[in-house]
Amino acid sequence: MTVNDLVGTLPLTVVAGQDRLAAEVTGGYVSDLLSNVMGFAAPGSVWVTMQGHQNIVAVASLAGLAAVIVAGGAVPEPETAAKAETEGIVLLTTPLSSFELVGQLYRSGVKGQ
Amino acid sequence: MLDYVLKGGDFDTAGEASSKIKRILQQIGVRSDVIRRIAISSYEAEMNVIIHAYSGVLRASIYPDRTELSVADEGPGIADIDLAMQEGYSTAPDHIREMGFGAGMGLPNMARCSDEFSINSVAGEGMKINILIRHS
Repeated sequence: MTVNDLVGTLPLTVVAGQDRLAAEVTGGYVSDLLSNVMGFAAPGSVWVTMQGHQNIVAVASLAGLAAVIVAGGAVPEPETAAKAETEGIVLLTTPLSSFELVGQLYRSGVKGQ
Repeated sequence: MLDYVLKGGDFDTAGEASSKIKRILQQIGVRSDVIRRIAISSYEAEMNVIIHAYSGVLRASIYPDRTELSVADEGPGIADIDLAMQEGYSTAPDHIREMGFGAGMGLPNMARCSDEFSINSVAGEGMKINILIRHS
């Protein structure tokens, strides 16, 4: 499954990284604690969070994540989108709550590890 | 050997040193799971300075068989290192926790990703962390 498959079936908006949507998704992780994500999200995961500041891009890049989804209708800061574009990180948003989005991701076949 | 100067409270450039280290390791062909452990360690070391200290220097020494990271800072230091190593323990203030930092997992993450890890501190002066990660 690719990020693009998820964008095509779930209410997700691409904010940055349009050219990286072919990235393979191998799992999922949800947390708003950055060090928790660093320590436990497997490479290739989609990460669901409510954090919208630019440090999420560094976390996603260094942990080798497939995409970051900012949930709950939160709007990422403009610097976050710019940095994601520069670093080649897929940044998505959704109006769904983290709980609802994770449920839909799971039903689409994205599992935790 | 690469030195990166870090400034306490500078969240805007946080992670840039680690990103540069990661790119160099990719260029010299280090295994990707090893690079990930080095990148996580250096990011946590960087954030530790930015969250808690006034200033610091992150040094990366990259050898064919290993990478050594050391981070030395001027700051409050750690009074009780055993307590600081416990997952979930943090002294970060609320406004930093709201950003998702200060989960009390930085030091444990560094230790988990390292082959060798040591931490020294004089309370009220600063601290130094040494990390060694083998490439194979």
